[in-house]
Amino acid sequence: MGSLLNLLFIPLAYPFMVRGLLAVVMVGVVCAAVGTYVVLRGMAFFGDALAHAILPGLAVGYLISGGARGPLFWWGLLTAILTAIAIGAVGKRTQMKEDTAIGIIFAGMFALGIALISTVRSYAVDLAHFLFGDVLSVTPGDLVLIVVFGGLVLLTIAAFFKEFLVLSFDPILAATLRLPATLLHYLLLILIAVAVVVSLRTVGVALMVAMLVTPAATAYLLTRRLLPMMALAAFIGAISGVVGLYLSYYISVASGAAIVLVCTALFLLALLFAPGRGLVWEWLRRGHSSKGGRQ
Amino acid sequence: MKQSQVSALFCRHVTHEAGAPILEVSDVTVRYNSRLALEGVSFRLIRGERVAVVGPNGAGKSTLFKVITGVLHPTTGEVRVCGHKPGGHICIAYLPQRSQVDWAFPVSVADVVMMGRIGRLGLLRHPGARDWEYVHQCLEVVGLADLANRQIGELSGGQQQRMFIARALAQEAELMLMDEPLTGLDVTSQEDIFRILEELRQRGVTVMVATHDLNLAAERFDRVMLLNGRLLGLGRPDEVFTTERLQAAYGGHLRLIQTGEGLMALSDTCCEREA
Repeated sequence: MGSLLNLLFIPLAYPFMVRGLLAVVMVGVVCAAVGTYVVLRGMAFFGDALAHAILPGLAVGYLISGGARGPLFWWGLLTAILTAIAIGAVGKRTQMKEDTAIGIIFAGMFALGIALISTVRSYAVDLAHFLFGDVLSVTPGDLVLIVVFGGLVLLTIAAFFKEFLVLSFDPILAATLRLPATLLHYLLLILIAVAVVVSLRTVGVALMVAMLVTPAATAYLLTRRLLPMMALAAFIGAISGVVGLYLSYYISVASGAAIVLVCTALFLLALLFAPGRGLVWEWLRRGHSSKGGRQ
Repeated sequence: MKQSQVSALFCRHVTHEAGAPILEVSDVTVRYNSRLALEGVSFRLIRGERVAVVGPNGAGKSTLFKVITGVLHPTTGEVRVCGHKPGGHICIAYLPQRSQVDWAFPVSVADVVMMGRIGRLGLLRHPGARDWEYVHQCLEVVGLADLANRQIGELSGGQQQRMFIARALAQEAELMLMDEPLTGLDVTSQEDIFRILEELRQRGVTVMVATHDLNLAAERFDRVMLLNGRLLGLGRPDEVFTTERLQAAYGGHLRLIQTGEGLMALSDTCCEREA
């Protein structure tokens, strides 16, 4: 027992580890809360595209500031919000299917980002940090931004909880109740954008979608009401971040990847064993009923 | 629900013009790209009446409902609800087809009915004890009070339909548009719905029901509306369901039999079945 506690406490001697842990908990909670709507409204592809599409914004900020990382958050935020609004508008106005439009914007922006970053000599290392995150390099200033913007996202969700619920469940009802449906839709897109930027340091753009979708999907399998689903998703997101970070400390794997793998493992557990709905339960039920049929 | 609450029916956003018909549709045309979904449709409804809307698939029933709710703007023409354009009203309820609903969505029956209240709650206010009490009363009207905490996917088809009626009651709707509420229900469940429709009539609620069942339309509604892009008739069933008009609406898709008592429609063969 004592040695197990030691395993938990040893890394806490390093301030960068403590900041990293605080960051992944906040990111896990924020992404899962937003991700609940992403899962229920089938917007996973949008989230993935948005995360990738901010790369050129990061690249421009990176080139202008000569490699300094401080302003990157703001460049990412600006790009993410503009892209979210652009994708929202494209999906509404064109005759093209929305996912095709998203695919085009997403790949084009991502390529532009890579092209811009490739003009710098330390290209490979810097690109890897953008793509996969670097949670142990979170500074106290980063942490403040994560907490402030993550907190804003959570407050907004709390304030518009019932409106987002109606919009997700029945958009026509939202319209007949004369809710500002378009405004709320864009607000949700912006919340996703902010969540993406807040998580940039911890998981990077390439694995971002997992933080949005996987904890919420796991909670979806285990709950039947929206608020419990959101709360459980937040808990799963936070726990995955903490466990993933410890794993990466002790077995030396990339932290972003470790966090996402823990999320995925929890999802698989829920998929198999979710009470009443898991695959194992279904299998047991089928086995039982076929036995009953034979008697 | 207490009588006082029923009489408190009002539209928050616009006031009703006294004496104006509950619904007046004037020369409404809706064009999607190059296709005409509705063409020159005009009619009036009387407060508290029950109208069946029938016509083949693609006749524009759903389009008509969307225009009346104000979700869709007509290409030309005008809709007036209690004398005003529908966009300002929160007293028009649209009850979706059951096949259009995500029944795995993590909400309870009471949650869905509460959704009807939020237009009156306003932004940044969360439902309180009195709102939940109101929701409970609406659920009692449709006989679902015992199932309030069930996840919506656990309900039967008839119960799902009654839940949406309860939501429209919670919305204090004066005009309810029901899209195929009877499709796929057994006779007992259909009777439950008609009993509630009778209750709605007592409350002065005007109801439009889209249906594929011509026999039910003829037997159980005050007036029937025959639609196929254009309005082919609105009136008593025996006036509207004439051989010529039904032929004009359905072409060869309807089998009619002349019986001793009159015309009998065997089936509207173009129904979409539920998933």
